[in-house]
Amino acid sequence: MVPLSYYLVLSGILFACGVLGFLIKRNIITIFMSIELMLNGVNLSFVAFAAHWHALSGQVFVFFVMVVAAAEAAVGLAIIIAVYRTRETLNVDQVNLLKL
Amino acid sequence: MTPQTLSPLLCMIPLLPLAGAAINGFFGRKASKNAISAVALVFCGAAFVVALFIAANFSSASAPYSFHLAHWLRSGSFSIDFDFYLDQLSLVMLLVVTGVGFLIHIYSVGYMWDDDGYYRFMAYMNLFMFFMLTLVLAKNYLVMFIGWEGVGLASYLLIGYWFTKDSAAAAGKKAFIVNRIGDFGFLIALFLIIKHFGSLDFTHIFTAVQSLPAEIGGAGLLTAIGVLLMVGAAGKSAQIPLYVWLPDAMEGPTPVSALIHAATMVTAGVYMVARSSAIFERAPMAMTVVAIIGTLTALFAATIGIAQTDIKKVLAYSTVSQLGYMFMACGVGAFSAGIFHLMTHAFFKGLLFLAAGSVIHGIGGEQDMRKMGGLRVYMPWTFATMGIATLAIAGIPPFAGFWSKDEILYKAFGASWVYWLLGVITAFITSFYMFRLMYMTFGGEYRGAPAPAAHGHDAHAHGNGHGEPHESPWVMLGPLVILAFLSMVGGFLGGYHNRFEHFLAPVFQGPAMEAARETADSTLEYLLMGVSIAVAGLGWWLAYLLYSRRPDLPARIDASLGWFYQAVAHKYYIDELYAALFVKPLIEGSTTILWHGVDQGVIDAAVNDSADAARHVSDNVRHMQSGNLRSYAGWVAAGAAVVIAYMVWMGVR
Repeated sequence: MVPLSYYLVLSGILFACGVLGFLIKRNIITIFMSIELMLNGVNLSFVAFAAHWHALSGQVFVFFVMVVAAAEAAVGLAIIIAVYRTRETLNVDQVNLLKL
Repeated sequence: MTPQTLSPLLCMIPLLPLAGAAINGFFGRKASKNAISAVALVFCGAAFVVALFIAANFSSASAPYSFHLAHWLRSGSFSIDFDFYLDQLSLVMLLVVTGVGFLIHIYSVGYMWDDDGYYRFMAYMNLFMFFMLTLVLAKNYLVMFIGWEGVGLASYLLIGYWFTKDSAAAAGKKAFIVNRIGDFGFLIALFLIIKHFGSLDFTHIFTAVQSLPAEIGGAGLLTAIGVLLMVGAAGKSAQIPLYVWLPDAMEGPTPVSALIHAATMVTAGVYMVARSSAIFERAPMAMTVVAIIGTLTALFAATIGIAQTDIKKVLAYSTVSQLGYMFMACGVGAFSAGIFHLMTHAFFKGLLFLAAGSVIHGIGGEQDMRKMGGLRVYMPWTFATMGIATLAIAGIPPFAGFWSKDEILYKAFGASWVYWLLGVITAFITSFYMFRLMYMTFGGEYRGAPAPAAHGHDAHAHGNGHGEPHESPWVMLGPLVILAFLSMVGGFLGGYHNRFEHFLAPVFQGPAMEAARETADSTLEYLLMGVSIAVAGLGWWLAYLLYSRRPDLPARIDASLGWFYQAVAHKYYIDELYAALFVKPLIEGSTTILWHGVDQGVIDAAVNDSADAARHVSDNVRHMQSGNLRSYAGWVAAGAAVVIAYMVWMGVR
């Protein structure tokens, strides 16, 4: 039996990787993948806790997160395509029309 | 005529001029001058006719009449209604106001005909009549106060009638503000009355006062009310220390000076004090205050009158002085003598002003007596009527002023010989400056410019130019003649067996007034009468000597008196004193403390500084909103990190 802490540490590492990638990468696609990484880090901790406490709600919650993530991926990719079509770039630093 | 049928007519009297004012005020701009005159005169004259009708059917047995027009205020047991009231006192005032007022309206038609704002003038005059009649016919102090403030408003509007002239606008403001000081006293008196009597109704208050003991040897509630009422009266009737507005009020057209600032409105204070006689009756100290103020004002204003050169200013100070006589009479308990003098004064002072207006009209707007002279040749009717008025005010028998003034002096002697002495000195000075005015205006040779005179001070455009002085039209002379007749015979109303006093006796009841009324020593009365006639004659002779026989003397006397003459000629520097004591500190304090200090320093600063602070903070904070997506994420991550660190740290502890 793998101890709970292992899962949590792995989940934390995955989440940190996601945050780091989000902060330092400029390509929108990469940033998008970093977000998925963070979500899945969190999902991992959910199922780990669910298994540990023999509670089903954590696993149900993960399904919800995955559904929302799927929807988000669809909307987000659509936005990315739209941005690329109008601005011909995927660099977030150049997508700054709202800046003062 | 039963009281039930007579009383409803009471509310018609004020409402008629109000209707005239409304018609002329709203529709007069486009109307012809004939139509405006007709409206103004018909409504004012109708009020006079109704007043005459009431007077003819008036019976002392069924007086006082009262008429309830409408409810006004209801608060618990306290209530005030629009009630009208007529007793002997208000009947006298009613006839004086409508009668003299109507004559002056007729005169105004001639005097103001060429003025551009003719409809406005007539509307204001009718409006004044409405408020003055409300004041006179009120049954309680609050309705009286409406009239009181309303005549102040009409006075303001008419003083500042030529509002494009700075001095007229300023004089209007001055009159309004000085009156407001007096009204403050009046209002506090009303609050005291409400607090202690629970009503403002005359009948109610005076009945309640009857049951209170007289405040002898100490000041109490009634003394306070009396003195505060006198403050109000001093403002409206131009007594020391609030008389300063009346001479300036001469900036208004001359009919206004005659109607408002001589015959009617300025006597409202005397009427109010007489109306409150029941209160003053029980407050001897307040009576003394009234008498002292009246006596000092009479003397003080008369001395200023000597050295004035503006014909209307002389008459203005004379008015202040004569009002002082009336207050002197009220102060010694001789209310009916005061009202008697009020009536005769309305005749002869109204006449003096109208005649002065005729003179000013006839020589093209000049008001400086040094530029008049010899006018008896050019305007004999004005000369004759004004001469009668002068004889009346100087106290030469048998003209009206003699009877009323002598009555006051006799009653004053009964109270204290000091009042009498100062009164006699005033009578001497009055006689002197009035005959001085006559000699300077009508005697000698014409000293004015023979060429068409510049239309300066009392400016009103004339079509016929001013080659030389001319007599006024009959529409102006008619009122002069009628008033001259009244100035001749008006005195017999009261002079003959004290009929006037007996007529008013039901209004003025009380021990002090009974004491003042009792006719004691007829030898003394004739002696005092002789002294009065002697000083009046002396004043006349002195004026004749100085201004007719030896015209070089006045200048030499002025020069030898030096600083004293300067002080008198400059009205004792009272205006300057008030400016230094009250006006300047007020303006300076308002400017430095209230304006620059509080308004700009605190209120504006608080608003502006908080706006500035918000702008500065926002200016700095907005840099967070860079629009850079990753910097936002950085902030979120940093915030999350802080929260986690905090929770971990709390968990460790």
